[in-house]
Amino acid sequence: MTIGIEHYLTLSAILFTIGIFGIFLNRKNVIIILMSVELMLLAVNVNLVAFSAFLQDMVGQVFAMMVLTVAAAEAAIGLAILVVFFRSRGSIAVEDVNMMKG
Amino acid sequence: MIVQTIAFYVFAAVAVMSALLVVGNRNPVYSVLFLILTFFNVAALFVLIGAEFLAMMLVVVYVGAVAVLFLFVVMMLDINFVELRQGFVRYLPIGAVIGIILAAELIFVVAGSSLGTAPAAAPTPALAEATNTEALGNIMYTQYFYLFQVAGLVLLVAMMGAIVLTHRDRSGVKRQRIGDQVARSRNSVELKKVPTGKGV
Repeated sequence: MTIGIEHYLTLSAILFTIGIFGIFLNRKNVIIILMSVELMLLAVNVNLVAFSAFLQDMVGQVFAMMVLTVAAAEAAIGLAILVVFFRSRGSIAVEDVNMMKG
Repeated sequence: MIVQTIAFYVFAAVAVMSALLVVGNRNPVYSVLFLILTFFNVAALFVLIGAEFLAMMLVVVYVGAVAVLFLFVVMMLDINFVELRQGFVRYLPIGAVIGIILAAELIFVVAGSSLGTAPAAAPTPALAEATNTEALGNIMYTQYFYLFQVAGLVLLVAMMGAIVLTHRDRSGVKRQRIGDQVARSRNSVELKKVPTGKGV
């Protein structure tokens, strides 16, 4: 039995679903939500690389690298905002994030 | 081929299990560690499919930078994580329902499409022609050069944003000011005329 593209796409679908599930499950904890977003971006990368390998086109891997770049930037900015928020409020619960300033 | 199949299933199973543990764990530090495990397994899957450069990037960028950043933030902030887990059980059913619906949709799309005719995975281009890294560089520095530059800009802006956001001027911090520390004023060292045979 060979591994086809469906296997990779199914894996990617499962990982993406786990990411969404994590956002629903940890609605108060921003850190876990950010990790769930990382999982979803990872699923997207798996998708891109699978199509790139099975259709034998390198462009998919270039775009996977771009997704990787944006994911890294997003994690850095998200965590920086989290740290600033924690400094001013002393909490990272999502319900407390209801003011733009202060 | 059978080894490849077994390897795929092992890596995929561990990736899915550790991803579930990322979202379901009680302790965020363990969540980050399971996130690292997920990334490692997906990197192994990338190697399996012939995208070894991306596998290395995944390990370097995610495990080396992003996961350490997460770990750093989780450990630095003094948060009561037990309080944050309230509502975990309450949101479990709706989360499960939405997750199952979404997964079913995605898997139906994959299963229902005519992807079965896709050719087998092969290193792109064939290994005799060029390595994966070489081929990626050939495309990225020629055809997608502007995209590459924009990616660099994105990272630069992210870096500046993170510094601007988290930097703060604190008063009362003693900093090293070499100029002031080395400088001597004219009366800081007193010269005394000491007569011979008497003390100061």
